[in-house]
Amino acid sequence: MTERLAVRKTYKLFIGGAFPRSESGRSYVVTSSKGDFLANASRASRKDARDAVSAARKAFPGWSGATAYNRGQILYRIAEMLEGRRAQFAAEVAEADGVSGKKAGELVDLAVDRLVWYAGWSDKISAVRGAANPVAGPYFNLSTPEPTGVVAVVAPAAAPLLGLISVIAPVIVTGNTCVVVASERAPLPAITLAEVLATSDLPGGVINILTGSAEEIAPWLAGHMDVNGIDLTGASPELAQKCEEMAADNLKRVLRPKTADWSADPGTGRMTAFLETKTVWHPIGT
Amino acid sequence: MQEGAVTAGARHSIGLETFAPVGDAVEVSTVTSPLAEVAASNATLRAFLHGLPGVDQVGADARAAMLGTRSIKTTAKASAIDLAISMVDLTTLEGADTPGKVRAMCAKAIRPDPSDLSVPHVAAVCVYPDLVAEAKAALKGSPVKIASVATAFPSGRSSLEVKVADTALAVAAGADEIDMVIDRGAFLAGDYIKVFEEIAAIKAASGEAHLKVILETGELVTYDNVRRASWLAMLAGGDFIKTSTGKVQPAATPPVTLIMLEAVRDFLDATGRKVGVKPAGGIRTTKDAIKMLVLVNETAGDGWLSPDWFRLGASSVLNDLLMQRQKLTTGRYAGPDYFTLD
Repeated sequence: MTERLAVRKTYKLFIGGAFPRSESGRSYVVTSSKGDFLANASRASRKDARDAVSAARKAFPGWSGATAYNRGQILYRIAEMLEGRRAQFAAEVAEADGVSGKKAGELVDLAVDRLVWYAGWSDKISAVRGAANPVAGPYFNLSTPEPTGVVAVVAPAAAPLLGLISVIAPVIVTGNTCVVVASERAPLPAITLAEVLATSDLPGGVINILTGSAEEIAPWLAGHMDVNGIDLTGASPELAQKCEEMAADNLKRVLRPKTADWSADPGTGRMTAFLETKTVWHPIGT
Repeated sequence: MQEGAVTAGARHSIGLETFAPVGDAVEVSTVTSPLAEVAASNATLRAFLHGLPGVDQVGADARAAMLGTRSIKTTAKASAIDLAISMVDLTTLEGADTPGKVRAMCAKAIRPDPSDLSVPHVAAVCVYPDLVAEAKAALKGSPVKIASVATAFPSGRSSLEVKVADTALAVAAGADEIDMVIDRGAFLAGDYIKVFEEIAAIKAASGEAHLKVILETGELVTYDNVRRASWLAMLAGGDFIKTSTGKVQPAATPPVTLIMLEAVRDFLDATGRKVGVKPAGGIRTTKDAIKMLVLVNETAGDGWLSPDWFRLGASSVLNDLLMQRQKLTTGRYAGPDYFTLD
């Protein structure tokens, strides 16, 4: 009797709704918190980042043009799919963070709840951030928040699932598309999340996930003229400063890193960081 | 035997001996002036064109694909990009073209990237005949040429009088180059002499202006027809052969460009007259443009690597070339927000 060979999953990138290997062909070893081998993950290169930005740019008109209600539905759908894979995520989080199964399950629950919470904001943020401004003239003067475009996100190294969801969801719920550099230490929940995204009616390219070294990829994203904003949550202070300097060239919106308690109420700050305000003057009586 | 006698391998060198269609009733003198009497009648023309060696379709596709895999990097890429920019015929051929759009395009033709003065100007702008005067005014004093499509572009479905008048209008308005379309209907029906005489008439009407003959290869169906149409256009006096109008897909595919480059190379060997090539339509990225340059170098030779002999008919490719150029000079990826739309 020959023993059955296990079919192992190849952890790849998530670009434009597809799962390509890194263009460079590189990979690196991912270990658990105890140092045991878990898998080989792709080590994305600058060209993968470039491709991810083009995919995100291509997806932007469709995603930002979708109704807020539709975006909210899709975020809610992601939460549903995530809930369905609760056990798989809990196991991955437990291995990556060295927490108990019970604690890992709670973290997955928090991530699902976080998605639902942000999903609800999709059609409410414009009521909070928009305004009908009083002006001294025969005009309606309306300000409305609009998505800024393609946002690069350096995901936090800690909290591989909850932290990742907490940085992605606020960026996309308002209509931005994003390129995420997942936690280098624990990228596996990010790739499994990509499988969830691929089955959630999320248009390809709205979320693109790269695994590998943030030190290597983030500066290319920060300097990229077709990226409109960058969230440096997971960047080290040195990397963050370097990226901020590079981001200045085309005046990207920059969200600086600060220590966060991911289980706390997130507030609207992460959504408003990547919104810009459009004001229209509409004449009255014509 | 109607189809001529020669079916050669992948690389055809058309020597003089192949011009005599073997087994055909018509006598063609191949000794003194091999091509002088080819256009004596439709029969001689037909015999000659069908006597051209057939194109090995699989071979042409494979060779074009193989040449497309060349990796051009760093300094070679930088000079290829500059060469490609200088070969671009910046084109706008829309029903919605306005004088303002043409002026904006002309400004871009002279200085493609206003933030970088080292970027070369493009070869020409290409517009409809009624907008030539506008382009002429906007390009005054610059080395950028003005090309105008003519002859009932893009379909070519009109009488010869109308086509000649169309050409004369463009030339009178100051066009340096005329892009004419051939009558594909006549060509496909086998009425080669009609196509020939039409090209000759337009050539006469063009006067000093260079004549580019658009074959519209997407409508010619086979590679054999592309080769025949290329030779027909060159025999009739075209200064350039151009793949497409840009209104029909597929347009300038690499194999079609390869076949046309072979044709101009062989035509130079046979007659001593050099003809240029212009692939147009479907060239969107820097990679496509550089593939074309590789094709030129490997097929016709570096004698054609100049804006006088090779052009790229496109408008969207210019922005991609500029973005790649900026990436090479600044080291950061460029974004389309910082370049003009047309």
